[in-house]
Order: sequence, then structure tokens, then C-alpha cells
Amino acid sequence: MTVFQPSDAAEAAEIVAWSAAESQSLEIVAGGSKRGLGRPPRVDHRLDVSRMAGIVDYEPAELILTARAATPMAEIEAHLEAKRQMLAFEPPDWRGLVGGGGEPTLGGVLACNLAGPRRVRAGSARDYFLGFSAINGWGEVWKAGGKVVKNVTGYDMCKLQAGAFGTLSVLAEVTLKVMPKPETACTILLQGMADEIAIPQLSQALNTPYEVSAAAHLPASAARRSGVAAVAEGLGAVTALRLEGLAPSVAYRADAIEALLGHGMRLDAVETARFWAEIGQVRPLLERGPRCVWRLCPTPTSAPALTKALHARFASAEAFYDWGGGLVWLSLKADEAGPDGGADAVRAAMAQAGGHATLVVASDDVRSTTAVFEPLEGALAALSKRVKSGFDPRGVLNPGRMHEGQ
Amino acid sequence: MITMPAPDEAVLARRAEIVAALRRIVPGEGVIEAEHERRAFECDGLTAYRQLPMVVALPDTTAQVAEVLRYCSANNVKVVPRGAGTSLSGGALPLEDGVLLGLSKFKRILDIDIANRCVVVQPGVTNLGISHAVQAQGLYYAPDPSSQIACTIGGNVAENSGGVHCLKYGLTTNNVIGVEMVTMDGEVVRLGGKHFDASGYDLLGVTVGSEGMLGVVTEVTVRVLPTPPGARALMIGFSTVEGAGDCVAAVIGEGIIPGGMEIMDRLAIEAAEAFVHAGYPLDAEALLIVELDGCEAEVDHLIAAVEAIAARHGATSCRASQSEEERLLFWAGRKAAFPAVGRISPDYYCMDGTIPRKRIGDVLLRMKQMEAQYGLRVANVFHAGDGNLHPLILYDANKPGEIERAEAFGADILRLCVEVGGVLTGEHGVGVEKRDLMDTMFNEIDLNQQQRLKCAFDEKSLLNPGKVFPQLCRCAELGRMHVRAGQLRFPDLPRF
Repeated sequence: MTVFQPSDAAEAAEIVAWSAAESQSLEIVAGGSKRGLGRPPRVDHRLDVSRMAGIVDYEPAELILTARAATPMAEIEAHLEAKRQMLAFEPPDWRGLVGGGGEPTLGGVLACNLAGPRRVRAGSARDYFLGFSAINGWGEVWKAGGKVVKNVTGYDMCKLQAGAFGTLSVLAEVTLKVMPKPETACTILLQGMADEIAIPQLSQALNTPYEVSAAAHLPASAARRSGVAAVAEGLGAVTALRLEGLAPSVAYRADAIEALLGHGMRLDAVETARFWAEIGQVRPLLERGPRCVWRLCPTPTSAPALTKALHARFASAEAFYDWGGGLVWLSLKADEAGPDGGADAVRAAMAQAGGHATLVVASDDVRSTTAVFEPLEGALAALSKRVKSGFDPRGVLNPGRMHEGQ
Repeated sequence: MITMPAPDEAVLARRAEIVAALRRIVPGEGVIEAEHERRAFECDGLTAYRQLPMVVALPDTTAQVAEVLRYCSANNVKVVPRGAGTSLSGGALPLEDGVLLGLSKFKRILDIDIANRCVVVQPGVTNLGISHAVQAQGLYYAPDPSSQIACTIGGNVAENSGGVHCLKYGLTTNNVIGVEMVTMDGEVVRLGGKHFDASGYDLLGVTVGSEGMLGVVTEVTVRVLPTPPGARALMIGFSTVEGAGDCVAAVIGEGIIPGGMEIMDRLAIEAAEAFVHAGYPLDAEALLIVELDGCEAEVDHLIAAVEAIAARHGATSCRASQSEEERLLFWAGRKAAFPAVGRISPDYYCMDGTIPRKRIGDVLLRMKQMEAQYGLRVANVFHAGDGNLHPLILYDANKPGEIERAEAFGADILRLCVEVGGVLTGEHGVGVEKRDLMDTMFNEIDLNQQQRLKCAFDEKSLLNPGKVFPQLCRCAELGRMHVRAGQLRFPDLPRF
């Protein structure tokens, strides 16, 4: 096991070209905070790109930021904050969830296509990814997209790189669309609703023109573990809706939402930031001993029935909802989940709900033997395999990270 | 002029046999053979390029599409998919030796799912048809290309279409959440759905905007959004285009993302005003239209904020719409800018580059110099928020040499866009039109990587070949790895 630390894309390309020639596989790492995601690496060497860091260009008025891929998120966020801008997809900090520490980087966020609570309104990392240069499995530096917010020149390769977990290319430099930060925010908390009442209410709220920017539901057990007093000390389940924008507009819309859904408690801007950061971090399900944590993306309205089926199957199941029901976080005690992390039962329940399930937290053993991502079948599996070969024919870039043999 | 790949004589010789096979797959009037009927399909919105297709097939089920593609794949027959044919880049230009596969019979809205905020439609449904279907529920489909009455969602997916509202609400790719697609070998795959995100590679994301080269889309699931309760527009005059551009930068700098933000230059203002009498300021060198949408309290607040910014940036006039009629009137001139320009010139050629907005002054100056060089005038309208230019080059196709001059001028404008850090196309697509300019933005390695993706979907390069890429795919060669083990130098780099 050799650890390579290239200082730029050209050096990284040389290493990849060598590894392809010698059929030596590489684990691609920057800050290392997401090494625990996906299937555990079985690789010959490590390509540590953390020296390929730094903001290259930030033009607030053009809504454009270009940075080398290993730039720490903290640095990106500090620069954006200074200009009252943000990454609209609200990348969550999963260090507590995945464990192992390390520094989250922009490239890691893109490679995993992460998004936080604002996903329901603003889209995911892939929706703000405008262009990049990267190293393919031939060891060639190539580029796609551009450095402007509107561009349809050639295939939209950004979408393909986002969420590919480094299996198609090594990102070197990336350009993103940034957005203005809302002036203020508030959260309306509605209490005591059962899941099957709460999710339709979230749906109704999201269908109003009041620009709800986040919509979550925490059953009582999850709400109790919030670090926000008003949530933890309530009467049980908490349903939360966030509004953002100009102060008079937020106040007006909050009144309108309460007129529709009933009177609730309100969190101010500071508590709002704290609460939704927790939701992004999956904090309501953390610190519970050895557990398997699943990230389920069902058709939103089918989420309560999905959770009900999983509670019936697993006594240790705990869950909460984000994205108006479009994201369900599920935690199972590792010993009850069994050697497959509960995969068979979870995927059987998902089949009814439509969508996909990803095993985010489990022991290395479980993640080595279980399909971590939704298994692909038939024509789609064959197509994905051909796509992988089209970028990395020798399979040297993060092989097996997503699927066996890919 | 761009040249298309030479037709395959062996395929042309088998035309009768191919037509008969297609008739067995698509019954009734779904196969069009007569020359005068094929004529209707000879071009899309890029009318300078015309080619009669070998035969036209208009299937009406996914099974028929799959069968047609399977047959064509097995028999090495090329296929060009087509929606409503409104492409401005020649994406649906037929091939002499190819089947033109029209999706116009796929017109049904399959599922309106309000609770999940999505609508499932067939690809032949028009863009505006989707909004109409959910209007009563207070919802709409956000991307609004100006051809939205006619263009279909299938074509929007192929081209990743935009519109005036995309700075705030995104392009097609940000609003399409699922497709059913048939690949060239006849396999039906479903990408995405009513749920969020993909599991595995985001093949949906790369299919949107693939200009009909990766597969034939037979069903589309789109996200629909709540209609903003109110909208007002500002019409702001400036004595220079740069001034208008600076004002746009300041609006965004203040954290305001308007629903729409458009600039027109003097020639475009004059043409539009003469056509629709919207009350545009004829003494201005540039007109900025800003639309602010949201709840009433917010809209009024933002109108005042943008008015103040405009005053600080030397606006020579500023009017806010006082009624819905007036808002629509402000837009009427902008929306009719193309036909309005059509009234002052026999022909015009519409370009679509995007530039970093801060370069607008330089780019317009260089365009002025080129006007003198080419002896042709340009009217400019552009999506100011995102720097997407639509220069309209005025020419007369009946004057010998003018169309060639207009094309050369257009190519120079696009090279200029790339030179200042922009791109060849913001929303119209590469198609045939900008194919041979791809190497101004991308080198051989970049283009090879794009083509390797194409090979994963369509190994024989039968689906819409001759578009987007200056050279046809050579999949076998592109897939090869020209290295021999042990012969590359072990990299001399720090390791631990």
C-alpha cells in the first residue's frame, strides 16, 4: 500500500496512468471524512488528493465559485458567508453519522451528491455543479461543463460525476453556482401529529406558494433527542417547516402557513439554523450503540406506510422524515438487523414504496457483503457497467465502492 | 455550411425492405414514405439546413419504439428522434439514410400527482400543456422556453431547454425527475421516478441535454411548483448597455434573484416598440426588464429595492407595472423580440452563447466592430441574470453571400464568447449548427471522453449521428488503452 500525494492534476494524472498500466487500484481520498460511505475499499494504493486544494476564483455577482476539489468545506463556507452567499443545496456534515473524523471537502460533497434539508426546494449538489476538470481512468486530464451558470454545450457530465463516488474520474477543479443567503429564517413547529397525518400536511404546505424551504417530521423518540429545547421538550412528535427570505415576507408567510395548518411554535433564525443543521447531520438517530443506518428515498406520500412496515419488522427501528417524506432516515440495532444490515427486509418494503435505499452506516463486514446501494438489474446494470468502462476501463478508480465489480 | 456524414449506399439500396419492416412494427399510417409527406419533416427550427429523411416512423407505444430501434440496430440503420421540431440548432435534422422517429403521437398526460408535486407525461405533450394541466391546482411547470406553446417536453429533455425564468427556477434538468427511455439496442430503462435523486450513476442527469443521442425518451416525470401569488415587472432605461449590466450585477450582489431579468439593446428596443407599442423608452441604449415574484409584501419590497439600485446605477427611466395587464405589456415586447426583428429584416440568425456577465461591455464592443467587418447588423436581447446572449444577426437570404456571411459572423461571436470565458450554447444546444465549433471549447481528450459515454449507450453510433461532435464516434478505438504494463515510469512523488 503506497500513499500518493500529488500536488496538482498533472501529477495525479501520472499516478492514475501508471496504476492503469499496472492494473493497480486506487482509493481516492481528500479529507477522508466520507471514507466510511459505500462499500469498504479493497485497493492496492491510496491517492490522497488533499494537496489539490484552494479557491481559484469566486465571483459573487456572477454567482460562480471555482475551487480545487480538495478545498475544505469550512474554507468555502467562510468565503461565501463573507459575501452573504451560500451553497443552496445545504450540504450536510455527516462526520457524526459516518464517524472517523476528517475534514469534509467540496469534492467529497460533490462525489457523494450530498444535500441537506433545502433539497426539497432547491435541489441537490448535482443541480449546482457547473463544470470541472478531472482525471479519467486512462490517466488523462479532461474537462466538461463551463464557468457560467447556463450552459448546454456537450453532455452534462457534471450530473454523472456527482454521486459517482469517485468511480468515474478523480475531480481536480470544480465550478459551482452559488446563491444569495436569505436575510432571515424561521421554523414553525407543529406538535403531536402521527406520521400518516404529518406527511400529508407537509405535502400540503409544500404545495402552497409560501416557499417552504424545508419540511421534516420527527416522531416522538427522534424529537426527544434534539439539541433544540423547544423540539426536545415538546409533547411528542414534532413537524417542522422552514421559511426563509426577507423579514416581512417570512413573517407574512409564517402567518399564512399557520392559518392553513394550525397554530404552532416558532423558532427564531438562530434556533432555525441549529435545528436544520441537526436534521442534515441525522443527529436525532446518532449515539445509539452499534446500529445500521439506512437512507431511504421513497415516493414522498408512501413514506408513512414504509416506516410502519419497517417498525412492524424491526422492534429496534427508529426513523424520522425530511424532504416532506422524500427522505426517511432509519436506524436499526445492528444485532437485530443481522448480517445483511436488514437489507432484504428494507428493500422488500422499499419495493412497495418506490425509490431506493442506501445503507449509510454499518460495520465493514456488513457493507462488504451487502449491496450498499440499490442493486441494479437487467439493462440498467449492463448500461452502468458500460458507463464505468467508458471512464475507467481497467477499474482502478475506487473499484467496488458502489457495486461489486464497479 | 456544415456537412453531414455521407449516406450509407447499402442502406439506401434496402429502403423498400426497411420500409416494409417498419410497417410491420408500426401499423396504419404510422410509417410515411411518400416524398411530399416526408417533406414536412425535412428541417427543424434551424431552417437553413434541410434533408429529406429516408422514411418517417410515428409509433404510438413504447413497445413499438423499442421494436423500431431493435430492428434498426440489428440492420445498421440510423435513427433521428424528433419532437415538435422547434430546435434552433438542427438537433432533429434528418439523415438521407436514416429513419426519422417522430414522437408526436405520445400526447397523453398519464398521471397528475399533486401530493408528490409531479406530473407524468408522454414526451409529445407540449411544455405549456403541462402547466395547463395543473393550473387549477395552483401549480405550474417552471422552465419556459419562448417556444413553449409548440415545443414538447421530450424535446425539452433532449435539449435541456431554459427560458426567462431559469436563473431562479432552473433549467429542464433541474425540473425533470424521471424518464422512461429506450436505448438504441431496444432496451427499455427507467431512470429516476417520483422519488428524489438516483441510486447509482445519475444517468437521468446525463440524458437530459444529450440531444437525442443517448436514447429515445418515451415518458417524462416532471416536478411542478406552486405558482407565485404575485409578480410585478420593472422597465428600466439606461444610456449604455454596460450600465444595465452593472445594475444587474448590483441586484444579484444585494442578494436578489429576480424571476426574470432581460436586457435589450437599442435596435431590439426599436424593433419591439414598433411592433407591440409596449411604451419602451426609445431614447435608451439599453432596456432592462426585471420581474419580481412571490407574495405581495415581498414583491413590493423588492420592487422598491431594485428601483433604488437602478437609480444608483444611472437609470435614465424606470417604470414599475401597476397591474397584471401592464406587467404582460412590458414582457410583450421582449417576448416578441424575434418576430419584431423579423419585421425589420428579411431574415435573422439567432445565436445563443453565454458569457460571464462582467464581460458584456467588451463583448458588445467587439460585436460592433464585427458588424462593420461583416457589413451586417445585430440586434441583441439577452437573459441578463445568467449572461446568456441572443444576438440576432440581420441578413437577406436573397442577396448572394449574405447567409454565408451571417454564419461566419455567428461563428465569430461564439468564438468570442468562449474567448472571454463563456460557452457556445446556453440553451439551444449544439446540434448541427455549432458542431464544428466544439473544438474552441474542448480539446480532443475532452471530446473523446464525451464520445466514450455515447459508446456506452450506442456502440454502433446509430442514434442521431453527425450532431454535436465534429467527428463520428469510433468506439472500438476510443475504448482501447494504449499503454503496455511496466513501460510507464513509476511516478516520482512523495509517498508515505
